[in-house]
Amino acid sequence: MNWSYIQEVLPLFGKAALLTVRIGLIGILFAILVGLLCSLIRQLKIPVLRTVVSVYIELSRNTPLLIQLFFIYYGLPKIGIRTSAEACGVAGLAFLGGSYMAEAFRSGLEAVGKIQHESALSLGLTGVQTFRYVILPQAFAISVPALVANVIFLLKETSVFSAISLMDLMFTAKDQIGLYYNTTECLFLLVAFYLVILLPVSLLGSLLERRVRHAEFGT
Amino acid sequence: MQSLGLEVLFKGKNFERLMGGMWTALRISLISIAISMVLGLLLGFLMSRGNRFVRGLMRCYLEFVHIMPQMVLLFLVFFGTSKAFGWNLSGELSSVIVFSLWGTAEMSDLVRGAVTSVPKIQYESAMALGMTQGQVNLHVILPQAVRRLIPQSINLITRMIKTTSLVLMIGVVEILKVAQQIIEANRKASPNAAFGVYLTVFLMYFLLCWPVSLLAKRLEKRWG
Repeated sequence: MNWSYIQEVLPLFGKAALLTVRIGLIGILFAILVGLLCSLIRQLKIPVLRTVVSVYIELSRNTPLLIQLFFIYYGLPKIGIRTSAEACGVAGLAFLGGSYMAEAFRSGLEAVGKIQHESALSLGLTGVQTFRYVILPQAFAISVPALVANVIFLLKETSVFSAISLMDLMFTAKDQIGLYYNTTECLFLLVAFYLVILLPVSLLGSLLERRVRHAEFGT
Repeated sequence: MQSLGLEVLFKGKNFERLMGGMWTALRISLISIAISMVLGLLLGFLMSRGNRFVRGLMRCYLEFVHIMPQMVLLFLVFFGTSKAFGWNLSGELSSVIVFSLWGTAEMSDLVRGAVTSVPKIQYESAMALGMTQGQVNLHVILPQAVRRLIPQSINLITRMIKTTSLVLMIGVVEILKVAQQIIEANRKASPNAAFGVYLTVFLMYFLLCWPVSLLAKRLEKRWG
């Protein structure tokens, strides 16, 4: 292990890791928004949009992110939709993640028993109140594990961004290996940086899961 | 209306070549799926029964494979082994190794989850009825665990098929690479080929994975 080389490229990897995290977080944020929008449309059963959402979810869940990115980055400019690589990365992550988030929200909403709804209504709560104080907290608690899993999954998926020439961790590692053949050092840094990004998320996730388990009681 | 570049597909053997690329990707995933299913079942049972040392070791392996992006694992095997051991693994072999390692980890986790999801009372009741350990496992635990396991492992299959698209990044000539070649070769004649060809690749993956995930969903609903 060549430590002086590691010290030398550390800033380079740090910059790449920041890019990974930044695009990952923005993408996940958009994914959550898309997911919320989709589950809202499904919940309210809006006629045409509902079908669109179903088609979107099937399309996005059954294709790999790499193919989606290729289509967005190389395919769409041909019909006049041109964006930067970073915007493509965010769009790809939002397209892929949106459906996973929507499914997580839906499973949460479905898991809340019908009796909860009926009981709340018979206690005199209005429809909105029922949703806000009875259904939503429970649904959220139930979907937390799935949401955490999705966040980790999406962060991991950011590793394919190098395919659309974003200078992320994978790109930097491959570049350095190609230039100086310091394979061991680069792979070590690659693993270390991904651990630094992903381990805290995973630990925080399991902490959060333990905190919000209140929906499991009284069923 | 400008051209969408779909005409490229009907030129020469282009469509056939795309299908060939798809088959390369699919072959890698099918081999890895077969290996992962067998090893995953074995390891899963080991984990839900085995002693503390085996479990601890397995946990480390599982956590590492879980948390690392599959791309990193691919790089580790493809570039790492050539540097560390001087092996010159082909891209295809490296990807089979990586996807088997990853698939085994995921599968064993599913098996463990399915076995531990059977309520303890089932186990105790069966013992109280005078069944032997083997009988309990075979007639009580296994049928219940399998019902949970099958839809989840079918889902894992679609995930593995989708993940195989990554092998492009270590130089395996699969569907995306073939697509790139076709687009490059027809740059002059149909400059918009990228749209049509990548759309086709997108739809091909969709048509491959969609029926499988529908099957998983149906089984889940029926047995859930």
